[in-house]
Amino acid sequence: MNVLECAGLVKAFDDLVAVDDVGFHIAAGETYGLLGPNGAGKTTSISMIAGILESDAGTVTVGGTEITTHTTEGKAQIGYVPQDIAIYPDLSARENLRFFGKLYGLPKEQLDLRIDEVLEVIGLADRSDDRTDEYSGGMKRRLNIGIGLLHEPSLLILDEPTVGVDPQSRNAILEGVEALGHSGTAVLYTTHYMEEAERLCDRVAIIDGGKIRAEGTRRELVELVGQRDTVNLGVVGSAPRLVEALQPISEIESISAAEASVEILVEGASELLPRILDTAQQANVGISGVEVVEPNLESVFLHLTGKALRD
Amino acid sequence: MRAAFIIAAKDLSQRIRDRSAILLGLVAPLGLALIFGAIIPDTAGGSFDVFLGYVDEDRGQVSRGFIEEVLPDVVAEGLATATSYADLDGALADVEAGTIHALYVFPEGLSDGVMAGQGGTVRLVGNVDQSISTQIAEAILDGYLAEVDAISIAVGAAVLNGATDPEAIIATAAGAPAAVVLADTEAASRELDIVTFFSAGMAVFFLFFTVQFGVSSLLEERFHGTLPRLLGAPISRWSILGGKALTSFVLGIVSMIVLAVATTLLIGAEWGDPAGVLILMLAGVLSALGIMAVVAVVSKTPEQAANWQSIVAVVLGLLGGTFFPLSQGPAILSLFSKLTPHAWFLQGLGDLSAGDGLAVVVTPALAMLAFFVVTVALATLLGRGKVLAP
Ligand SMILES: Nc1ncnc2c1ncn2[C@@H]1O[C@H](COP(=O)(O)OP(=O)(O)OP(=O)(O)O)[C@@H](O)[C@H]1O
Ligand SMILES: [Mg+2]
Repeated sequence: MNVLECAGLVKAFDDLVAVDDVGFHIAAGETYGLLGPNGAGKTTSISMIAGILESDAGTVTVGGTEITTHTTEGKAQIGYVPQDIAIYPDLSARENLRFFGKLYGLPKEQLDLRIDEVLEVIGLADRSDDRTDEYSGGMKRRLNIGIGLLHEPSLLILDEPTVGVDPQSRNAILEGVEALGHSGTAVLYTTHYMEEAERLCDRVAIIDGGKIRAEGTRRELVELVGQRDTVNLGVVGSAPRLVEALQPISEIESISAAEASVEILVEGASELLPRILDTAQQANVGISGVEVVEPNLESVFLHLTGKALRD
Repeated sequence: MRAAFIIAAKDLSQRIRDRSAILLGLVAPLGLALIFGAIIPDTAGGSFDVFLGYVDEDRGQVSRGFIEEVLPDVVAEGLATATSYADLDGALADVEAGTIHALYVFPEGLSDGVMAGQGGTVRLVGNVDQSISTQIAEAILDGYLAEVDAISIAVGAAVLNGATDPEAIIATAAGAPAAVVLADTEAASRELDIVTFFSAGMAVFFLFFTVQFGVSSLLEERFHGTLPRLLGAPISRWSILGGKALTSFVLGIVSMIVLAVATTLLIGAEWGDPAGVLILMLAGVLSALGIMAVVAVVSKTPEQAANWQSIVAVVLGLLGGTFFPLSQGPAILSLFSKLTPHAWFLQGLGDLSAGDGLAVVVTPALAMLAFFVVTVALATLLGRGKVLAP
């Protein structure tokens, strides 16, 4: 039974088509990732899914109920955690939670109970009555997530919840999302961190330029790239010269150069590595480090779009 | 509907907490009304010649006490002149013409009535353009009536506002236990006395600042990123707008009522029939809400909205005559002022104080409601597809 089904979502801002025919489904207990770089259309997509932004085309149903900007039914099943921190700075965490809890129609007794539970989960129980403008960035992030959890939604939408968070809080957030998945909540998680998508998501959609380029489990996606490995070379000297010198090697699938490094996609890195290093020496380019990476979502992304997830 | 209340309750508690609404809605207008109320009659006393007249048909203790003991003192101080009239019609004609600013009429049998404990009525008729003089004349009589109460006969001085028919006033007073009733009516359309004028003027001037807290908070929701959360909640979009409008409305009406009560108690402002005042206040608050909603809709940030709203509030307030009585300015100004809800509000209060009943507030209230309807339509048009975009 799918909690979320969406299909054919389109959204244009003037001439810019921000989302172009996006569609997928998420089952109960499944965590689904939207992996894509800045401006890929992640936030625009989920804004339409959550019934916040009017779509130009497409349909969304949650728990079988259609969601648009004008529906109220069905929205109670969605928990939405915006990318930007969305809390009232002059209210305390408890007051923020209480306000949104009331909007979601939680009865008073249940609300009081849930507020305490959520405060415990997000680790703000001891600061719950302080104004949130006195909180640290990480604390605000946690409250931002807590508000989305309050009414125990069957679909939780998290828009890059770990941006700007210290490693410890980040880990706590990821563990929390994993736990939610296990408890049967359908989770829609957007990120441009490949590691997060790999760790959390049962299935991942790779989105770029408003389009879903590929979708599947990690294994399925990696298979799209074949058995290719990524070789990262630290370069002392001219990276473009090295790229040029490597060009004739036919086993190399693709090469991209950054300032002091070169990334090479090959099938069977271990056999080819000596030849690559030889070529570098002949081209008179020094190598400061070598790293071989087995295929991952980063390389899938590179393969599909010809560019890196983050630049 | 329920969601609108939840949102309004949240907004109101935020506004009360940051005190800005209290400052702009209550402290500032009350403070200015107090200051103006204290300053204006003083300066007026020095620079005004007050032409008083009286008609003594009573020829009793009450009228003689005033005419022989109080008035000569006032005249001796160089504050006023006092002219005696034998016939009422001639006196009223002079008031109308402006050669007399304010006329005291002591009706026949006044003293007898007072002695018998039945009370009576002193009429004070002011020239329409001499509200300050009329105010002074009233103050002089007021002081005397209080003295009558204190020393001789056990009578109370009640102020009966808002009746034009002398017979009706006398009839009411005859049946009432209160002894001396001061009835003041002006010859033509009535203007507010100066204390009430400044109280009402400041109240409606600052009303336009107070209501902006509600309508502009939608911009604040966007700024804080909480608007998408509201849009994603299982509530109708109208209830979001409704909550904001409700916040403005409550802030506006509460500040007006508190100001009316406070100025009445503290500086003796006379707002008039509460029902009429309330009708004018409701219409005034709605008109302010609509105008400020338009400004909010065309603004991009809360700061921008606040700046423009201040400009609009000040310009409309000045044009609307909240700082000086319109009758004392050029005629063209009073014509222009009709383009502001402020002028209609003050006119409504003035007409109401003339005591012709509630019907007189209908036109000013409808005029203010017209502002509301037009501005809400304009805000809807300008904000379509934009106001509730995340
Ligand atoms: N309100 C808007 N008006 C105009 N263009 C917009 C608007 N919102 C988004 N866009 C554009 O649509 C595209 C997709 O934006 P979106 O916010 O969905 O990207 P994203 O994948 O969430 O990126 P990020 O990782 O930076 O959050 C971008 O090019 C963006 O500039
Ligand atoms: Mg985004």
